[in-house]
Amino acid sequence: MRQLISTADLSRADIDDLMVLADSFAEVQTRDVPKVPALRGRTVVLAFFEDSTRTRTSFDLAARRLSADVLNFSVASSATKKGESLRDTVETINAMGIDAIVVRHRSSGTPIQISRWTDAAVINAGDGWHQHPTQALLDAYTLRQRLGDIDGAKIAICGDINHSRVARSNVDLFTKMGAEVTLVGPQTLMPPDISGWPVTISHDLDSLLSEIDVMYMLRIQTERLSAGLFPTVREYRSRWGLTVQRAGELRSDAVIMHPGPMNRGVEIDPEVASEPRCVVLDQVASGIPVRMAVLYQVLGPGRFANEEAAVDRPDVEESNHSVSPTDGSVEAEPDTKQAMAMKEASCQ
Amino acid sequence: MAERERRRTPPYGGVFVARSEILDSAAVRRAIRRMAHEIVEANEGLLDTVLVGLQTGGVPFAEAIAESLMEIEGVEVPVGKLDVAFYRDDINLRPVLPEAVTEMNIDIARKTVVLVDDVLFTGRTVRAALDAIVDQGRPRTVQLAVMVDRGHRELPIRPDYVGKNVPTKRTEAVNATVLGVDLGEIQR
Repeated sequence: MRQLISTADLSRADIDDLMVLADSFAEVQTRDVPKVPALRGRTVVLAFFEDSTRTRTSFDLAARRLSADVLNFSVASSATKKGESLRDTVETINAMGIDAIVVRHRSSGTPIQISRWTDAAVINAGDGWHQHPTQALLDAYTLRQRLGDIDGAKIAICGDINHSRVARSNVDLFTKMGAEVTLVGPQTLMPPDISGWPVTISHDLDSLLSEIDVMYMLRIQTERLSAGLFPTVREYRSRWGLTVQRAGELRSDAVIMHPGPMNRGVEIDPEVASEPRCVVLDQVASGIPVRMAVLYQVLGPGRFANEEAAVDRPDVEESNHSVSPTDGSVEAEPDTKQAMAMKEASCQ
Repeated sequence: MAERERRRTPPYGGVFVARSEILDSAAVRRAIRRMAHEIVEANEGLLDTVLVGLQTGGVPFAEAIAESLMEIEGVEVPVGKLDVAFYRDDINLRPVLPEAVTEMNIDIARKTVVLVDDVLFTGRTVRAALDAIVDQGRPRTVQLAVMVDRGHRELPIRPDYVGKNVPTKRTEAVNATVLGVDLGEIQR
C-alpha cells in the first residue's frame, strides 16, 4: 500500500492488515502516553481544500500519535487564493520534502491527479462524490468491534446515495468484507446507473427495518432541497428519516450509524441519535486508530508490499513453468527434502 | 518472535526447517524451572516483580516462568504481553507489523520488570522493548530472560537469565517454543 485513493484498490489482505493494526493502535490510545515513535522523522501534510473539522483533526491527531510531523495547509491562507494552480501548489509542497499528503477536495479525482505530481504518499480524505476511504475503514472497524465479523451482515444505507462519497466507499468496503448492502432512498437521490454495484436497491425503508443488522443513515444536505430533489425537509423525514417509531422497528441488537455531522430531526431523530444502539461517537473514536493504521501502512511497512509481491512473483512464475517435466523434477527435490527434514524434526 | 521476524525479512517468505533438536520439551521445562529459581534468588520475595512476555514468542515462556514461580514461592507474579513493533528501528527497512495487541494491565512504576523472549539474536527487539517499557512507566529495574541466546548481538545488550546458549551461524534460524528448541534454516 503506497497510497490510499479508493477503497476499491484495497485487497482483502490490505483490509485485514489495517484492521489488525487498528487494534494495536486502539491499545495505544488507552495508555498514559498515547504515542508511539513509529513514524518519527516523517512529515505529513494535511491539504484540505474543502472545510472539514472531524476528518482533519482526526488525521492530525493520528499523525502526531505516530510521532510524525504535521503541516496543516489551509486553503484560506494558501496561495490558491492568489490564483496558484493546484499543480503548482502540490509541486511547491512536494519540493519541501514531505512524505505524505492527505487531500480533501470538492472535485472527484483530485487525489489521483495529485499522486501523479508528487512522490509523496497520497491519502484521500474525501474527493467530491467519489470516495472517502478512511471513513469507510473506520465504519468497518466500528462494526467489527460491535458485530465481531462483518461477513454476512445485512447493512442498509439510507439517504442521498448519489451525492455521497461515503456511500460509494462503504459499498465497496462492506461488500468486499462479505456484507449484504441495500441502498435505500428516493429515486431522485439514487445514482442514475448502479448496474455495476454489488448492492440491492429499495425504495421502502419500513419493510427493511426488522431484518437488518446495521442501519447506516447519510447526512442530507439542504442544498439538495433547493435543487428540487425532494420537496421539504419534513417530507424527507417522514419517508426516509430514522424516526423514533422506525428505530423501534429495528432489532434490539441492531447498530445505527451516521458519518456525521448529523442533522438531528431530519435524517435521524434526536432521541435515536442519543440511544445506545447509535455508535456515532464510537465511529469518531475509531477514526484515530484507523487513520494511524493507514498512515503507518502508507509511510512504514506498507510500501514494501509491492516489493514483497515482486519477490514472490518469480516464485509463482517458476512454479507455473514447472509443468515441463525437467523443471518439475528440479523443484520437487528440495520439496521432498524439506518435507523429510520437517518430519524428522517432529519425530525427535 | 524471531522466526516470524525472519520470515518477514527480505527476501520474504519461507518456512523454518529444523535440522537438529537442541532441547526437548522436558529439557525446556527444566531450563524454565532453573530460570525461575534464578529470578527468585535475584529478586527476594518477588513482591514487586512482574514478567513481561514479548509478543508473541516470549509470552508462553513468561507464562511458564510465572507458573514455576507460583510452584516455588507460592507468589502470583503478574504477566504482561508487550508488542514492540511500533518501537522498532527498522520500520523503514522492512515490513514491520505487530505480532499481537499489547496487553499491559499492570502498573510497572517502581517494579522489577523481567522481559521474557524466546530467542535473543541481534538485540534490536530488546532495544525496542526497553523503549516500549519506558513509555508505560518507570520501572525500578529491567531484567532480561531468554530461552535461547544465539549470539550475534548488534547492540550492547546482555541477558540476565538464559535457558540455553546456542552458538549459531548468522544464516541459521532457531525456533524455540515450550515444546522444544530446534536449530535449522529458513527455506524459501
